[in-house]
Amino acid sequence: MITVGMDLGTQRVKAIILKDGEVLSRGQAFSGFDPTKAAEQAIDDALKKADLKLSDISYFAATGSNMDMAPYANGTVSMMGADAKAGVFLCPKARTIIDVGAEEARAIKCDEKGIIVDFVVNERCAAGAGAFIEAMARALEVKLEDMGPLALKAERASPINASCVIFGESDVVSLIHRQESKPEIARAVFDAMADRISSMVHRLGVNPEVVLIGGVAKDEGFVASLNRKLDLNVVIPEYPDYVSALGAALTAATRAKERLK
Amino acid sequence: MINEPSTAKGPEYWRWKEYHRVMPNKKWTNKDLITAGVDVGSVGSKAAIMINGEAYSWGITRTGSNSPESATKALNYALEDTGLKSSDLKYIVGTGYGRVNVPMANKAITEIACHAKGANYIWGPSVRTVLDVGGQDIKAIRIDETGRVVSFLMNDKCAAGTGRGMEVFADLLQIPIEEIGDISLKVEKEPEPVSCTCVAFAKTEAMGLLRKGWSREKVLAAYTRAMAVRMANLINRVGLERELVVTGGQSKNIGIVSRIEFILGVKCLPMPKWREDGLDPMVAGALGAALLAKALYEKAQKA
Repeated sequence: MITVGMDLGTQRVKAIILKDGEVLSRGQAFSGFDPTKAAEQAIDDALKKADLKLSDISYFAATGSNMDMAPYANGTVSMMGADAKAGVFLCPKARTIIDVGAEEARAIKCDEKGIIVDFVVNERCAAGAGAFIEAMARALEVKLEDMGPLALKAERASPINASCVIFGESDVVSLIHRQESKPEIARAVFDAMADRISSMVHRLGVNPEVVLIGGVAKDEGFVASLNRKLDLNVVIPEYPDYVSALGAALTAATRAKERLK
Repeated sequence: MINEPSTAKGPEYWRWKEYHRVMPNKKWTNKDLITAGVDVGSVGSKAAIMINGEAYSWGITRTGSNSPESATKALNYALEDTGLKSSDLKYIVGTGYGRVNVPMANKAITEIACHAKGANYIWGPSVRTVLDVGGQDIKAIRIDETGRVVSFLMNDKCAAGTGRGMEVFADLLQIPIEEIGDISLKVEKEPEPVSCTCVAFAKTEAMGLLRKGWSREKVLAAYTRAMAVRMANLINRVGLERELVVTGGQSKNIGIVSRIEFILGVKCLPMPKWREDGLDPMVAGALGAALLAKALYEKAQKA
């Protein structure tokens, strides 16, 4: 049984092809102005890598902010449902999943089956999401991918306003005027974000095993700050940005089986 | 960068005008008690000078990256054309976001106390609720008939609805900031408020609405409405008691003020004619600070 899970995020679409619990291939594309087309591209890319055709797929499941625009979809999966399902699949002991994407961050508490118990969402506010790092990188005139390595060089952090991108930008500008070094400002940006995320996790009650997923999990600067802040065992799976898509593909497999009964 | 759009892009729509004023028909002598209030906000720095507790002059400038410099600049601006020197000022109170960085101040007092006092001075003892919309904060303050604070509430540190957020919006829609209120009212039918108020996302969301064929007026109306809802909620949470007034830079945004009035079903006390010879509600905090400076000076003399 082969299924496709696609995650139509605000910045990128990720697609995963799953066969009997094994990932066959992955594909992605920028969401741009047409998330439907981007999803078609991401799926096409993944199909080619696995040497498969659209007709080989038993079930397509979509998740992500733009899931309504998904092509080929047989059904949708809530973003938190997908995260919890895949988080526990990849890391069976995990009871807390943190997903930090481009425009949203969420923390989910779940049971051993990956069923949601409670959650906290940071939505419609750019602070605490990838957009915050992007805006601060722009203010610092540093490439986004250089922010993490830069922050790791810092010996200390200068405090900045973490609760709003607009005010954070002014803070970064005044730090530049005060001639603070770029590594220290970069570290301050990640510390500020980690502060927000850790307070979300603490609102849920702390579980020792925490899984961090989403595109921002690939940023070593953020991971270092979050580890310092949470002081827990934060596990980052391979391909953290594809975890939501994996959750959709896993749910697709369950649904496809039910359909056969 | 949103912060300081380059001039290469064209006009800077967000840039509001700095100005200073000396009240006509007022003179000072060496026998007068002259005090000052300096309100260093996150976006604007304001200084006001009072003679025996009466407004005499003020200056409004943009806050730079250095708070002490901004404080000095605002105070010098208020002193301009008055014949006064800073050494003539008997007592100075610093207030606002950067109040600890007002080097010449004898004392720092929170902007909440100063706005309360200033609103009482501008509009008189009937004021009970003050909405102060500054560059970075929104505060709803309940006061008594003497201008003392009874209780207050502040927004989270979020640019939505603040002066800074409006500056970003002015630039985005390419509308001069002074006209943003009037233009937001030029819609036949009030649109639904935007659901996402984050200024960082507003850029993409507003572009999306414009692409959908919405006019700039309609986009602005939907955003202003969402802001007004936030402010009205804050007022309701602190408890609305008449009379209501609006202070801070955004008191000049008629689009915000009229929508708050509509949502709450209450008229604000009319804004003073600050363009002619009235007091500017943007300097309410500095005026309040100068009044508190007078009281502090008198208390020190008695002791």
